[in-house]
Amino acid sequence: MSKHKSSLSKEEVLHIAKLANLFLSENEISKFQKWLSETLDYINILDQIDTKESSPTYQVTGLVNVFRKDEKKPSFTQDQALSNTKNSHDGYFKVKAIFEE
Amino acid sequence: MKLNELTISEVTKGLKEKKYSSRELVADCLSRIKLTDKKIKAFITVSQDEAMKAAERADKLIEEDKNSIEKYPLLGVPMAVKDNFCTEGIKTTASSNVLENFIPPYDATVIRRLKGSGAVILGKTNMDAWAHGSSTETSDFFTTKNPWDLTKLPGGSSGGSAAAVAADQCVFAIGTETAGSIKQPSSWCGVTGFKPTYGRVSRYGVISMCSSTDSPGPITKTVEDAALVTRIMAGHDDLDATSSDSEVPDYFDGLKESGDLKGLKIGVPKEYFMKEMDFEVGDNVKEAIKVFEKRGAEIREVSLIDPKYSVAVYTIVQRSEVSSNLANDDGIRYGNDRRSFGEEAKRRIMLGTYTLSSGYYDQYYAKAQKVRSLILKDFEKVFKSVDILIAPTSPTPALPVGATKDQPMFGEMQDILVEASSLAGLPGVNLPCGFSKNDLPIGMQLIGPQFSEKLLFQVGYVYQQMTDWHSRKPVI
Repeated sequence: MSKHKSSLSKEEVLHIAKLANLFLSENEISKFQKWLSETLDYINILDQIDTKESSPTYQVTGLVNVFRKDEKKPSFTQDQALSNTKNSHDGYFKVKAIFEE
Repeated sequence: MKLNELTISEVTKGLKEKKYSSRELVADCLSRIKLTDKKIKAFITVSQDEAMKAAERADKLIEEDKNSIEKYPLLGVPMAVKDNFCTEGIKTTASSNVLENFIPPYDATVIRRLKGSGAVILGKTNMDAWAHGSSTETSDFFTTKNPWDLTKLPGGSSGGSAAAVAADQCVFAIGTETAGSIKQPSSWCGVTGFKPTYGRVSRYGVISMCSSTDSPGPITKTVEDAALVTRIMAGHDDLDATSSDSEVPDYFDGLKESGDLKGLKIGVPKEYFMKEMDFEVGDNVKEAIKVFEKRGAEIREVSLIDPKYSVAVYTIVQRSEVSSNLANDDGIRYGNDRRSFGEEAKRRIMLGTYTLSSGYYDQYYAKAQKVRSLILKDFEKVFKSVDILIAPTSPTPALPVGATKDQPMFGEMQDILVEASSLAGLPGVNLPCGFSKNDLPIGMQLIGPQFSEKLLFQVGYVYQQMTDWHSRKPVI
């Protein structure tokens, strides 16, 4: 069992926020430092359980490799697919450029 | 008695005998919503016009074909829908600012099935935002109040649906459960809530939260109604690869087969009657156990892995899956961008990103999934000696509004008694089993092995034949 209290640095919180594509305010950064550390402290109790002989479970009813036929089926019209976007152009989703000119 | 107070089996009989029309029934629900929802705030959207139109169509069918109710078992019956089920043409927000204006161009499979059986959508109910929580307090819009005491929380995440049923704003409702999100609010609101086996009901069109445990299910006034609705919701769906293709038995017909419980072995897990638990909860559940005993069931004390470990496993698995599922919400194809996430959603995305990140994956995510295997084996073992388990649903009756403030683990601690079974994909039902001295409902849960829905309905039905806790109504 890990005895030390978890403590996340401001840099770690900012790193996680970057991975998660989230924008945090200064106030949120310090709150998250505290909250995430508290939660990590709790979940560290799993260290008390021996799992050397145990393999992970990802699917509880035992399904593996579910396939479907690769065939055409009715789908959304272009208008339906675009009905909730704020930015479209000529029937396409419009996104920010990802390459510099 | 007002029509909105009736159960599904009562209204379908009344509709068939033409004692009243679906329009009258829907109108009674809508006026009940108008009268009470300023206080309770169960609904985000009330789709009044669509509901009246659907009721008109139902009345026409009943008029034209005397067998219409046999063909469409929910014909003309008004339901409330949790706001994380996509409903074609009706705003679907998951109680989040990110999706505040999202209007799905399609129905979730569950909605398609229920509409196909004739059910009428009254509107969409409030929930914890993205289903993250056990109170509705994390909703980005407002908090729903408990119909039994407006200063108390309804529980969550399906809190709006449970409150709507308790307040007779609808004949039944549907919710989703990831760990406790149907059973816990049903317990706090004094209604019947059924969580099917994982994969028994399709998740297609439900806004994804924790994909390895999310399970849609009904919230109803009786076990009989829950069996009827589950029968319609359940079954394989090509659009959800994790849905089970095993046959769905006729739960409803089986209900009245067994009057006594002779030969049934019920396990009482001693770890689920915790020291910290509200004593009134424990006492009421112990009284309920005596009812089963009186009907011939054999009661055995059993032992399960301490539920505090399930809380840790669930926290890791749920946060990890949330961080992945909510990565979809980039505001490009639909919705607002990621700045619109509320505090709780950000907290969960952040933790899940951390537990999946390079260097921590094995320590947290892989470790949790290994402990999950131990939890599954633990249940397999216990179900060799007993048929079902009985335990309190929540350690306390409804807590006061505001109880979640600065409690990053609030939901998990409230759901401590339901998380293990959810992680193992097991079905379970909350049944009202008493009241606290402050007149707040107390609930118990029956848990069975995977795909034991029929047995749970039968045992629950017997209990509700012998008690009347489920038929008590709050004064609002």
